[in-house]
Amino acid sequence: MNMAITQNAKVIASDPDPVLGYRKFRFGSFTFARDAYFVHVSWPKGIHTIEVDRFLRAMVRDIGWGFFYGWIFFDDVFGTQNHYGTVDIFAGTYSKGHRDTGVDFLETFNTDDVRVAFETISQNWINEGYDPLRAPMETGSPLGAKTRERSDPLIRGFEPARRMMGLPGDVSPRSDASGHPINRAFADLTFDKPDIEAEPGFEGQIHAFNLFDHIARADVTWNPSFTSITRACICCVTSEEHMLPVIHGNDRNEWFIQLTDEIHWNIQDKNTGNPRGRIVMKSGDVCAMPADIRHQGFSPKRSMLMVLENGTPGLDEKYAKGELEPFPITAARWR
Amino acid sequence: MSFKTKVGSLAAYEKGTIELNDDLKHYAFSNIFEVANAAKPYERVMVASNLEYCAEVVRAEGSSAWYTAPHDEFAIVMDGEIEFTFFQLGDDQHPGHKAGAVKLTGEPKGKRMGRIRARRGHEVLLPKGAAYRLSASAPGVALIQTSAGPESVERWSQICVLD
Repeated sequence: MNMAITQNAKVIASDPDPVLGYRKFRFGSFTFARDAYFVHVSWPKGIHTIEVDRFLRAMVRDIGWGFFYGWIFFDDVFGTQNHYGTVDIFAGTYSKGHRDTGVDFLETFNTDDVRVAFETISQNWINEGYDPLRAPMETGSPLGAKTRERSDPLIRGFEPARRMMGLPGDVSPRSDASGHPINRAFADLTFDKPDIEAEPGFEGQIHAFNLFDHIARADVTWNPSFTSITRACICCVTSEEHMLPVIHGNDRNEWFIQLTDEIHWNIQDKNTGNPRGRIVMKSGDVCAMPADIRHQGFSPKRSMLMVLENGTPGLDEKYAKGELEPFPITAARWR
Repeated sequence: MSFKTKVGSLAAYEKGTIELNDDLKHYAFSNIFEVANAAKPYERVMVASNLEYCAEVVRAEGSSAWYTAPHDEFAIVMDGEIEFTFFQLGDDQHPGHKAGAVKLTGEPKGKRMGRIRARRGHEVLLPKGAAYRLSASAPGVALIQTSAGPESVERWSQICVLD
């Protein structure tokens, strides 16, 4: 494996391309260039091309997720791995063909440096009218020459709840007032509020809200919001439509609970990328995503998904060292 | 373009499929409504488990015992209407165990805090250190985000797809 570590890396921008208007960027040993249709990532011994819509959908989510838990594959070749303080950017490291021919490359950076670099690139390459966080049918195209850069925030992940969404002093659920109407795909549902009758003096101590209403108002896809936290157990809910624009490699076990509709998941071996098969989850289905896989979801209709994460610090290292088995229900518990 | 959202229920659900060249036990694939249909009222059947944390499915029917936990729990109503009643605990009733829900012996001795009637899609806080009881006049289903505890039931072989 070809590796490097770069401290205090700065992203360096070229002059705008005289024809298309986009800048090229150098960050560490990587360069990033885009044209009308594609992004070209190059490193000392290789170059790789990714369709621009896919690249930008992956990049803005990678930033918004804070590089998430584990590996984010933009495709089978290029991506990032989170080490919670540092981030690897890799090309071909998990691709047998690249490794066998010695053209793989992995470079480790400080997390903040990667965030700044990815934000700088995204800002320059995303035009007004194109929103990579929305479903493809809800936004314009990223193709073609540079027009006008978007002025609103590209990254608008929902502020995470600290205890439970809607409690006094905590984050509020989405609403008409917050500028989040019910999405067209959930317009057939009715949404009411729970009936809360608190005794005097206990207002704000008992609490409930309409979780489905909050999800149905999401203006982003494949972008979770934290709604409730039990110690280090985090409930994330998301609105999913079209395809997850990354392949997620798990560094810990996580659980999916399909609340409405269905999602089709492709499952691969984490290290080799070899296919293991597929899972179709329908409303009410529950399934673990083990720590030794990659997965990518396809949601034919906008659906609601709940993900239970274990945010205990250091779990990634325990799984990596084999101190924890890479699946959640150990043998003794099957009875 | 119009849409039809599919939401499962005790009476009508369609289970998905799992086709893998791998040990299906690693995925523990189950369905909340199938689990609730086979459960006794207020059994707390684990459907997700992540080290000390878990999600439990509860079939709500009639009234439950009183529960309390040393941490917040959260219930999402997946079917039906469920009433949650809350009381403070008496000084001698605070849980001494580390995690998960436990049944109270007897009635809670503290002040009544209130009640919440919740329906499909509603998420309810079950506050740390309070007593709570569920009741439902018709069968309903709740999914509870919590930690594994004395009331957690594990029956993975019965609820999961294994071939």
